[in-house]
Amino acid sequence: MDDLAVLIEPQIPALRRYANALLRQREAADDLVQDTLERAIRAWPQRRDGDLRAWLFAILRNRYLEGVRRRRGIEVGPEALAEVAEAGVDPEAAMGARDVLDGIAALPEEQRSVLLLVAVEDMSYAEVATVLAVPIGTVMSRLSRARGRMRAFLDQAPTIVTGHLRRVK
Amino acid sequence: MTASDPRPVGEDDLHAFVDGRLDPGRRAAVEAWLVAHPEAAARVAADREMRDRLRARLASVADEPIPAHLRIANLAGPRRRRLPRWWPNAAAAALLLALGGAAGWVGRGSVPGPAPAEPMTQAAVSAFRTYVVEAAHPVEVRADGSTDLVRWLSARLGRPVTVPDLRAQGFRLMGGRLLPAGDEPAAMLMYDDDRGTRLTLYSRAGTTGGRGVFRYARADDVAAFSWIDAGMSYVVTARTDEARLLRVAEAVDAQVSGKREGAR
Repeated sequence: MDDLAVLIEPQIPALRRYANALLRQREAADDLVQDTLERAIRAWPQRRDGDLRAWLFAILRNRYLEGVRRRRGIEVGPEALAEVAEAGVDPEAAMGARDVLDGIAALPEEQRSVLLLVAVEDMSYAEVATVLAVPIGTVMSRLSRARGRMRAFLDQAPTIVTGHLRRVK
Repeated sequence: MTASDPRPVGEDDLHAFVDGRLDPGRRAAVEAWLVAHPEAAARVAADREMRDRLRARLASVADEPIPAHLRIANLAGPRRRRLPRWWPNAAAAALLLALGGAAGWVGRGSVPGPAPAEPMTQAAVSAFRTYVVEAAHPVEVRADGSTDLVRWLSARLGRPVTVPDLRAQGFRLMGGRLLPAGDEPAAMLMYDDDRGTRLTLYSRAGTTGGRGVFRYARADDVAAFSWIDAGMSYVVTARTDEARLLRVAEAVDAQVSGKREGAR
């Protein structure tokens, strides 16, 4: 089990970051990571050689999609929403700009995942293609659409510009 | 455009340029092309800025220490089935509780090793759901004088009961009650904080020795940490975030195990 920990644990911070970007709710994100790790441990004997990071991210994304399909969105309690708002306000958003994560959340999931994996996780296009199980050309066209939408999103003036932070209930 | 790389610059080049995935020759070619194409250069700059903001926005979670329950050792250890993450409704929870209780009862005499913690957690979460909503009688014995509560619980259970002080974690003791559980009742203490968040500490004997890791379970909006220590099983349950609940679990564990060592 120790070698498993040595191989997998270095990936946990990045898996948590991806899960948080998808769910924007810390507890749900860590639940998703836990679920992913349990899957990975069970599936370990069947794993073929190859990119471990891509394998783990693919498990996480598939679990996420299954959860969304099953639940049609993750339920979020009011305390949890307050937590998210408190946990980290985009400093630029506090100055009147739009929160970059709101833009990410508005993307279709397939574009969101491509952008997150490329821009935040610094994966190669080939690696992203492995995670999503699509051709590289598809990765490139999704990346292009995602960036186009994000530029448009961040260009728009924020809806309310005041001296206050977003309301924290 | 440099003579060394005559291929026209494409959309894919611009993305690869933003993502730092061009070889030096091609990068120089794209850079030269961008000088002559300010509109594309502005898009590239916007894409880079967006990437930097996204990274900055998500950096904190990746910089945090890994929570204990996500350690591979804690996931991969000798473990049983986990509490179902999402219970459909209260009826199913009650059914699970009934099954879990039966399995625990049958298993007690015959199966060596630690009993599964899951039925315990189910029982604790069910009790939590039942009693935290009680406005009039959330507890049987109020914590007005906490010694009376300790004496009463200890007398009924036939063993010394520790009532942890969780004021440092923001929770005040409200009181406690006994609950039916197998061959010895379980004790449930209830705490609340200034915002009215209630938390329960459920404990019962009947597990063989050893010292277990904290196990996290979540059912809808209710979170629970359970662990085993010196023949006792403990579950803390609340509608709160995992980090806060873990601090409570650690404080309880420190106090109950510290008390026991002190008593020796």
